[in-house]
Formats: sequence, structure tokens, C-alpha cells
Amino acid sequence: MSNWNWRLITTHAILIIGVLFMSLPVWVAFATSTHAPETILRDGLQIWPGGHFFETYREVLIVDGGVMKSVLGTTMLKNSMILGIGFAIGKVIVSMLAAYAIVYFRFRLAVPLFWIIFMTLLLPLEVRIIPSYEVVAGLGLLDTHFGLIVPLIASATGTFFFRQFFRSVPDELLEAARLDGATAWGFFVDILIPLSKTMIAAILIIMFVVGWNQYLWPLIMTTKEENYTLVIGIKQIYQILAEGGELPQYQKAFALTILATFPPVLVVLVFQNWFVKGLVESEK
Amino acid sequence: MKRVQFEHSTIPYLFVAPQIAIIVIFFLWPAAQAIYQSFLLEDAFGLSTQFVWFRNYQDTIFSPSWLQAAGFTAIFATLVTFLSLGFALLLAVKANEVIRGASTYKTTLMWAYAIAPPVAGLMGNLMFNPLIGDLYKFFNVIGWDFNHKLDSFDAGFVVVLISVWKQVSVNFIFFLSGLQSIPNSVNEASMMDCRSPTRRFWTITFPLLAPTTFFLMVINITYAFFETFGIIDTTTRGAPGGATNTLVFKVFQDGFRGADLGGSSAQSVVLMILVLALTVIQFRFIERKVHY
Repeated sequence: MSNWNWRLITTHAILIIGVLFMSLPVWVAFATSTHAPETILRDGLQIWPGGHFFETYREVLIVDGGVMKSVLGTTMLKNSMILGIGFAIGKVIVSMLAAYAIVYFRFRLAVPLFWIIFMTLLLPLEVRIIPSYEVVAGLGLLDTHFGLIVPLIASATGTFFFRQFFRSVPDELLEAARLDGATAWGFFVDILIPLSKTMIAAILIIMFVVGWNQYLWPLIMTTKEENYTLVIGIKQIYQILAEGGELPQYQKAFALTILATFPPVLVVLVFQNWFVKGLVESEK
Repeated sequence: MKRVQFEHSTIPYLFVAPQIAIIVIFFLWPAAQAIYQSFLLEDAFGLSTQFVWFRNYQDTIFSPSWLQAAGFTAIFATLVTFLSLGFALLLAVKANEVIRGASTYKTTLMWAYAIAPPVAGLMGNLMFNPLIGDLYKFFNVIGWDFNHKLDSFDAGFVVVLISVWKQVSVNFIFFLSGLQSIPNSVNEASMMDCRSPTRRFWTITFPLLAPTTFFLMVINITYAFFETFGIIDTTTRGAPGGATNTLVFKVFQDGFRGADLGGSSAQSVVLMILVLALTVIQFRFIERKVHY
């Protein structure tokens, strides 16, 4: 019996160490963001929250976006939202349509088109970043929402996800629908989309997080500060911090880090079950 | 494929059209451009270009800085993959064992999935900040002469640590769901046959997780190659002296900061070939050993 007890204690100890390892950095970032800059510079990072929460966050959100002066936290928040939501919705629409064609139709170019789509999975945007930039710049799409979002949709993760799901839908449904005289569009809208509701929700959540967290592409795509997303904006702040100068505003840097982290984390926590299901189902 | 399908000549093309259009414009065209530019050499002012066959490739692959980046990428990818997989597997096995607090552990171990790699990098950057970073101070207090700005081992340590931290939660989610999909009857049968929990894990549970592990290896190697760009760019930026340059980071640096288009394109193409080769190898040699 005592053997069993020890095992249980070690198990919990390992899990608690894991939880601390994963959570402590973010907690410290939050706690530090609620202190005055002098305190941080004098005493280093903080483990307990201080009294400057409202002051710091108000300043970052609506007075000036940290150290840059010209862009507000709320503007960056809005840009991040547009990127996250636009990317998620665009991806779901484009990939559902493509997956529907690939699974439910017999047509001549099905196989080559499938392989072209598959190839995008293996070669992410990062390896062809400079020619991609040139193409988008050539089309005059720099600093536009369209140019920011659409090239990111080129990777076919969503298409594979829906392809797997559609293949698991029983064949009898289509047979029955066809007996009732359903058209291709009718079957898609009236039967397949309602059936896929949970899957659509799951992939929307995952893609929102993926879109929100984009880094390299927005970094080279946006030249004007008013188009910065939070992930890009905080980077600029750290750069300014690194260059030194007046009293470093570490608390604002931490506050923006927390703002950049909070929305996607909240989405994942609230929709945890859908999110996990979506992530794991896409593997099969 | 489906037994029953629609037979149409045009409608399926309309459905795939948006996806294919995006791929052609924003994937195939740039990829073709990269290949084309990799054979060109621009003069210093960008006024004239010359077709130079494989010279950019020669200059790339045999340059010490590219070889250094390739070496670092190999070590980095191996360390990140094994450390984050190992740690996540340990946590998943333990989280699957407990009854009390199981869902709390699960939530608190997986939520870091939502944090962007560059944000993780920036947080790490502050933790290792010489002025206020407690980790920086801690390592120096315990007698490790730690300075990631000057010492290449320390710099490598920082990027590996942050990259592993960021990746543990994804691996944890997949391992835990893999463990939970093992039928109870299998677990009960193995309890009867084998008393040692450690042996039970390696002979029954781990082989059953093999497909998940294989899938995660592919995911993790891709992560270490590409997505860690955000971490490198917000922490060491390849310093000191290019010791923490990954191949992707070098493509970006040479192309954007160094404005060497031909060389950077050649690096892109080499990188694409490397990734394709790696994927093929993984599928041919490792997947064969995995029993589904």
C-alpha cells in the first residue's frame, strides 16, 4: 500500500512541476506588468501582482501603444482580430469547397490537383518568403488585409482536415439525397454543412489561433505602424527597449505581451473540447 | 474515396477554383520565382542580372556560414524534437494516471498552445535579460558563467529551452488523446500479465502510441525548421557570430537584410529539397517500422 502511495505522490509531483514550468513564465510576465517601471528596474521580475494594473493597461491600450507613441494598443488589437477572424473564416470557406470537390466528385484532374494541394503542406511560407513578398508587392497588395490574409490560406491544412471528415460521412446520405433529387450545391448546403457544424467550429478555433499568432508574414507585409498586429507591435517595442535610452518601460512591454497572449488563450480555454477534438481529428 | 460520387464536368472545378487560384498565385508562382532567381546573379547596384547556372548554389552550400547554419539546424531540430516529445510523453502518461485533478492538469498543461512562438521568445528574452532577468541571474549565481550574448553554447541553450517550452503543449494534447484511445480491456489484460508498470509501458502502451509518435515527429521537425523563426528573431537573432542561425533564419537575413537575392533564393531551393527529402525518408523508413 505504501508503495502505491509513493507512486501517486511522484505522479502528482511530476505533474505539478510540469504545470509550473508551463505557467510560471506567463504568470511572472503578468505580475511584472502590474508594477511601476522603477520597481522592475530595481528588483527585477515580480512574482506577486503590484498596484499599477489599471494605469499600465489603460496607457498601453488607449494613451499610447507602449514606447512607440504612434500606434495604440487597441489598434493593434483590432488588427490582430481582423487577421485571426479573417484568416479563420477564409480558410474554412476555401478549404471546405475544395475538400467537397475532391471527395464527392469524379473528375479528370482530381488526382493532379490533389497533389498540388498536398505539396503546400510540405513547403510552408517561410521557405519562399522573399519571392512571395515580391509577388504580393508586385500586385500592389502590401499593407492591405487581402494581401495579408489570402497568401496565408495557400497552405492546405484545412482542406485535409475537411477531406478526412467528409470521407467519414456515410455514403448512404448521398445516395438518399440523390434519390430525392438533390443537386450538388443542395447536398452541400442542406446536408453536409449542417453535419459538419462541430468540425467547422473546431477548425475556426484552431485557425483563429494560427492566424492571430502569425509573425513572419505580417512582419514583412506591413510597413505602416497603423497596420501592426500585437505580435508585430510588441516586437518593435522590445527592439526599442534593447536600444536603451530613458527609463525602460518594461511594464508596458510585459502588458503588451499579455494582451497578445490573452485572446487566443481565452479562446482555447473556453472552447477546449472542440479545440482538442479538432486538433486530434485532423491527424487521422 | 467515396463509392458514390457526383458526375459533373464543370461543377467540381468551380469548387476547387478558389483554393487552386490562391495556390497558383501565392505558392507556385513564388516557388517558381525562387527557382528562377537562384540561377541569377545581380551586380552590386541591382542594375543588371546575369544567368550564372549553379554558381549561387556552389557559393551557398560550400560557404562556412551556410554549413554552420545547417549544422546548428540539425542539432537544434534533434534536441527540440526529442526533448519536447519526451517531456510531453512523461506528462501525458502521468496525467492519464491520475483521477483527482485530471482535468485541471490537462487544462493547465495544454493552454500554452495558444501562445505565439515570437511571444514566447520575447518573454524568454526578458527572463534572460541581464538587467532584470531572474534566469540570467540565477544561472550566474549557481556558478554557471552564463552569457547568451557572447557564448554560443548559452545562446543555443536559450533558443532550445524556449522552443521546447512552446512545443510541449501540442505534443501533450496528442499523446494524452492517444493514451485515452487505448481500450480499457487492453490495459486490464496487460495488468494481469505484467506487474511492473515500467515494463508494461514500454511493451504495451508505447508501441500502441507509435503512430501518434511518428506523426508528432514529422510535426516537430517541421516546427523546429520553420516556426522557430519567431523565437530566434526575438531572442538571439543568430548571435553570437551566426552560432544560432537556423537555415530559415539565414534565408531571411541574407535576402532581406543582406539583399542577396540570388544567394537567398538558392538557399530557399536547397531548403525545399531538404524538407521534401526529409519527409520522404520519414515516410519510407520510419513509418515502415510503425504498426498501425
